[in-house]
Amino acid sequence: MSTISRSIPRPDSPEKSAGRTNYLDDLKIEGALHARLLLSSRPQALLRRVETPALPDGYVIVDYHDIPGANAVRMINDSWPLFPVDTVEYIGQPILLIAGADVAVIDELIAAVAVEYEDLPPVFGIDGAEAANSPECFVDYQFKGAPGIPASESEKPENLAFTISESFDTGAQEHIYLEPQAMAGWYENGRITVTGPMQCPYYVHKAIVTIFGWEPDRVRIVQAPTGGAFGGKEEFPSVLAGYVALAAYKTEQPVKLVLDRGQDIEISTKRHPSRIALASTVGTSGFVQSTCADVRLDGGAFEGLSSTVLQRALFSVSGVYRVPECSVRGRAYRTNVAPYGAFRGFGSPQAFFASEMHMCHLARKHGEDPLTFKRRHLLQQGDRTITGGILRDPVKMEEMIDLAVTPSEYDRKRAEYERGAGITRRGIGVSLFNHGCGFTGSGERDIIKARVKLRSHADGKVEVLCSNVEMGQGAETTLRKIVAETLGIPMNRVEFQNPDTDQVPDSGPTVASRTVMVVGGLLHKAALKLKNTDPPRPGRSVEVEANYEQPPEIEWDQSTFTGDAYPAFSWGVNIMEIELDLLTFTIHPLTVWAIYDIGTAIDERIVIGQIQGGIVQGIGYGSTELLEVRDGAFQQRSMTDYVIPGSLDTPEIHVELVSNPYHDGPFGAKGVGEIPLTGSAPALGDAVECALGAEIHQIPLTPEYLEELVRSEGRAR
Amino acid sequence: MRVSFTVNGNSVMVEAEPLARLLDVLRVDLGLHGVKEGCGEGECGACAILLNGRIVNSCVTPVTAAEGAEILTIEGFRETDRYAVIEQAFSDAGAVQCGFCTPGFVMATEALLRENPKPSEKEIRHGLSGNLCRCTGYNMIVQAVQTASEKLNE
Ligand code: FES
Ligand code: FES
Repeated sequence: MSTISRSIPRPDSPEKSAGRTNYLDDLKIEGALHARLLLSSRPQALLRRVETPALPDGYVIVDYHDIPGANAVRMINDSWPLFPVDTVEYIGQPILLIAGADVAVIDELIAAVAVEYEDLPPVFGIDGAEAANSPECFVDYQFKGAPGIPASESEKPENLAFTISESFDTGAQEHIYLEPQAMAGWYENGRITVTGPMQCPYYVHKAIVTIFGWEPDRVRIVQAPTGGAFGGKEEFPSVLAGYVALAAYKTEQPVKLVLDRGQDIEISTKRHPSRIALASTVGTSGFVQSTCADVRLDGGAFEGLSSTVLQRALFSVSGVYRVPECSVRGRAYRTNVAPYGAFRGFGSPQAFFASEMHMCHLARKHGEDPLTFKRRHLLQQGDRTITGGILRDPVKMEEMIDLAVTPSEYDRKRAEYERGAGITRRGIGVSLFNHGCGFTGSGERDIIKARVKLRSHADGKVEVLCSNVEMGQGAETTLRKIVAETLGIPMNRVEFQNPDTDQVPDSGPTVASRTVMVVGGLLHKAALKLKNTDPPRPGRSVEVEANYEQPPEIEWDQSTFTGDAYPAFSWGVNIMEIELDLLTFTIHPLTVWAIYDIGTAIDERIVIGQIQGGIVQGIGYGSTELLEVRDGAFQQRSMTDYVIPGSLDTPEIHVELVSNPYHDGPFGAKGVGEIPLTGSAPALGDAVECALGAEIHQIPLTPEYLEELVRSEGRAR
Repeated sequence: MRVSFTVNGNSVMVEAEPLARLLDVLRVDLGLHGVKEGCGEGECGACAILLNGRIVNSCVTPVTAAEGAEILTIEGFRETDRYAVIEQAFSDAGAVQCGFCTPGFVMATEALLRENPKPSEKEIRHGLSGNLCRCTGYNMIVQAVQTASEKLNE
């Protein structure tokens, strides 16, 4: 084990346990007003009239009239209006806000607003979008996948044995970060300051600059301690920041907006529901010859990040396998529901669920165990990815599979469980997956352009200056550790503060499994610079900077989706054993063997924590986390109705890390944040297929769906 | 109405609506911000406190239920030796990520270990089943409770 991998105590742990960490709602903000939102009750309607009650002194209404700059929350583009002007496009869309001193008074005022709607025909879900003559798409991509294998190694042409054409549905997923979304804003001395839980201080900064139409230096964003995020605090905080900033500007008083759980679920972003059609041909010797993939995402009412989520889904849709011929189409539909957005995995959990189950079905039709069939198709070093990128680094999947198969006794159990009968069944399943680390394509070079700084102080301390946040994932520990280890100084001499855009350069958002690999890599570079030119020592203050440079071997063409979509991949193998109760049709995950190649672990315990937590979130995604939309309204709007895993539901998880240092990552590190979530649903699906002898085509695996499966095709009880 | 009770060893009297949530009284009136609100409906345990030694979710406890009671929140518990052992065990096991759930888990751990100083893994999972954590996947928290129990029994 590399010395940097050795776990150290997390510096933020004692304060958090003691309840001393002040999240936004814990901050004392002198004179702060409260704010509440009035939400649309219609999925799509003209706003005929909005009649507001007379306001007591000290209470104000804020809506689109109050926006000094653009009525747009800047994300990839400006398609998300902060407040509606004449049309509402989803249930829960904030129409206006009321701010004032007393929440009870605000609530009464909100209730007294009379909105006259003129309903327009809404579009619900992928079915609804496709029922239209020409569905409204945010984006529609098509490309030909590169052959996975070098031409010389291609199989000789052989006869077609069979074709499977099938379709998979995945549901929406809500983040349920334990701390609901919240934000506070000030207007002082001609400047706006916003603070709250967030992943991307500079996204919020750009959004506020756009909304006000001001010079960037009049806006300051400070991240507050963030009680979980998982992508849910990637783009949505920019929206809330817009609300509190406008209210603070209008009232010239601090304004605080804290969502309760129900409202948070109703109006915040979620994982995109998907429908993924896959059609593959298999030759007589059991090799996939071609695959045709058609990925549809429900994008919700505004485009937001749908295009980039879709891209990652498309680049994941052939899994970790060699496919000689592949054609891909992807669309994100506009529908009348709250916009879907970023969630750990970012399109890849949907794609991997579909492609892994598809491989299982191809294997079954070929008369083979899924793992044997998958193994024969594994991508190897030197192969091409679906976009024609080259897998330059060693691929250790074979070794990793062995590390999971042996302790789990996969072969014996698989054979035994496939013959299972009765009310209580066992199943064992496998998933093989990877995750491209960092932004897709040339995003890091062309869009993010990350910059970091290190400042060594006269007292011998070294300060980390970057815009990446601690949100539970351990960034404070790992980034400090990288700097300390590089400089050869103790960790307690390296300081890390929650980012404040007045202090830190823009090192990009805390997303896309990029924080350690990309930002940590830049800090490593800066630390080397400091060490070699001006080692930190008492009495001297020095500042060094490092800027992102794309590794020279990387090539990418965004217009044709060709080249290296990602500079590096992390890889994973899950074997999951479950018990299935056919009285209640519930799944009990028993044990997971989880083997990962994430390059080098910067801190083993933190990495294992990410893996454990990600696996459990993925189990929820695949099983209990049902989020239905009926007539445009989310049906599960509380933590009672929307069921995330609890301490009784989690399996034993054996994590093993395989070292495979990446030359461009700090100490060889790649990304780990997202990949663990991806592997759960397909392993769960395969295990259920093993237990039931039925084919799965959707998640979550609700009791209703499982019952239907058993009745229609499973092994009889 | 007036309600009097003891919080972390201090007697307090507050003026509150009869239906006021104990959570709001603790957070807003008494400034005890270690008690968190994750769901407001008794589902997540982020607001867990000990009321006469029993674990309760303060978001679904009316303030009237506190009349004459002894309440222990994380702010009081963190001053004790038992807390120090539990905190260390949480840190060693990697049981803390975003930390929003953690004070609630610490209180649930204390409630469990007072009642059952040597719980089995299954009993720990049951003891923590009123608390939700979205970050850790629980196993590292269960490990922490196991370690704390061993240390406290030494
Ligand atoms: S806030 Fe009380 S149980 Fe969730
Ligand atoms: S540590 Fe984040 S919810 Fe438990």
